[in-house]
Amino acid sequence: MSAGQSAGLGLLAVILAALPFVLDNPYHFEIAILVCLNATVCVGLNLLIGYAGQISLGHAGFFALGGYASAILTLSYDWPPLGALAAGALGVAVLAHVVARPILQLKGHYLAMGTLGLGVIISIALNREVELTGGPDGTIVPPFSVLGWMPFESLEWYAITAGLMFVTVWLSLNLIGSPIGRALRALHGSEVAAETLGVNTASHKNLLFVASAVLAAVCGSLYAHFSGFITPTEGAFHHSIELVTMVVLGGMASVFGAVVGAALLTIAPQVLTVFHDYESIVFGAVLMGMMIVLPRGLVPGLVRLVQSVGFGR
Amino acid sequence: MSRLEVEGLVKRFGPFAAIDQLSFVVEPGTIQSIIGPNGAGKTTLFNLVSGLLHPDAGRVCFDGGEITGRPAHRVVRSGIARTFQNVQVFFNMTVLENVMVGGHLACDRRLLPILLRLPGHFASERRCRDRALALLDQVGLAGLGDRPADALPYGALKRLEIARALAAEPKLLMLDEPAAGLNPAETDAIDTLIQEIAARGITVLLVEHDMRLVRGVSDRILVLNRGRRLAAGRWDEIRHNPEVVAAYLGAEGRNR
Repeated sequence: MSAGQSAGLGLLAVILAALPFVLDNPYHFEIAILVCLNATVCVGLNLLIGYAGQISLGHAGFFALGGYASAILTLSYDWPPLGALAAGALGVAVLAHVVARPILQLKGHYLAMGTLGLGVIISIALNREVELTGGPDGTIVPPFSVLGWMPFESLEWYAITAGLMFVTVWLSLNLIGSPIGRALRALHGSEVAAETLGVNTASHKNLLFVASAVLAAVCGSLYAHFSGFITPTEGAFHHSIELVTMVVLGGMASVFGAVVGAALLTIAPQVLTVFHDYESIVFGAVLMGMMIVLPRGLVPGLVRLVQSVGFGR
Repeated sequence: MSRLEVEGLVKRFGPFAAIDQLSFVVEPGTIQSIIGPNGAGKTTLFNLVSGLLHPDAGRVCFDGGEITGRPAHRVVRSGIARTFQNVQVFFNMTVLENVMVGGHLACDRRLLPILLRLPGHFASERRCRDRALALLDQVGLAGLGDRPADALPYGALKRLEIARALAAEPKLLMLDEPAAGLNPAETDAIDTLIQEIAARGITVLLVEHDMRLVRGVSDRILVLNRGRRLAAGRWDEIRHNPEVVAAYLGAEGRNR
């Protein structure tokens, strides 16, 4: 881990620890919790998209599958929530592993289409299997509990999701600085060269696809329990696009970028409600402006800016 | 035992045979060049040996063991590394990281120690980094390790690819046009580098169009034309060969 990354990790810890003292109502906490969940998904997704260069437009599908696994197993089969979460994650891992090999042979636009198709299939299934999923109306989800402890207060939910995000960021930074992380970036740079140097590119891509899908599924489970309700919208194409936008806006191949992107895109719509009818227009304009000014994304762009000022170039 | 033994190799692209019943051997510790006109099948041959392409027929043996049809990431394990005609540098990484990827197989890649930052992992990382630094030094890129690879000039990229391939600790190094696009001084530096590499006991297989370089470093030369072997031997043996002159060297070969 580089000095900059260690500093970033420290800063993230301080912010996460300080936030509960700043947030003063349940609504603020709710947004913070959503930020943490989105950020966790995005950190995983950024490993796949930003580092390994493999686009996925289907990760909302995994998110929703995790959520529905939790909803259905706890509601209809009386499973303990943690068991349902684990089962959902395992199921998604198996699904992701099975589809990864054929899908990740595709490259660029074709991979985008492949993963898009996967997401659409999941979304249709969630809408149509009315008996199981409740159809387009969604389904209620019983409260979360771990060995009898039920997080009810906002602060408890915040602790769970912030903890999960922090651990995810830490693990990701460790991975990126390692031979495996270098191999991922290498296969992004040149797949043939990576292959001739001993990197099994197919298995590396699969590993990352499965890991990021499982992260999305776990967050989907937690989201379902936290909000007490889940609908197929969580698995829709629009949500996948949202996740990818968070990654791109924050900065491809930047762990902290994914966190910042997720935070911005989760908070912005809430803040922009002051523009009433023009909310979406302002939102779109802000996004376009940011990408034009900082095309590499917020965090890498700002880091570069600070460095160039610092070195007086 | 030969280092590399190619026997009856065939690779077709549709009706066209890029490599057609090709056989040759490379002896350990030698520098062998492969020359021939564009489209003779030189790069296809490299892709077949390094496992990026699979042959339609024939065998490739390395140090006596058959490696035909093995995927590229397994071929390198047996001791074959290569560079590319169109540089395939990882432009999204630093110069040092590029070379460290070359040492991928020698690094500690166990997932748990990596994710949890267990102490044993760091010793391996330090070794990997030190080796990469030494290799950068060796190819003349000392001090450039922290630069982004896309900031290097073309000649340096060629040498970076050689350092990266050497990091894989090969017994056979395949260089695909290492001097293409280089000026005479840079080509001379590549010449010296190739001889240094060979002096350390690494067998070199060289594809090159620069005949001055080929003549200077090669122990043996294999001439390809339309995927077939046209001639093989030392420079003075092949340069007067009428077929070789007609197909590739032209009058230039005779004059040198």
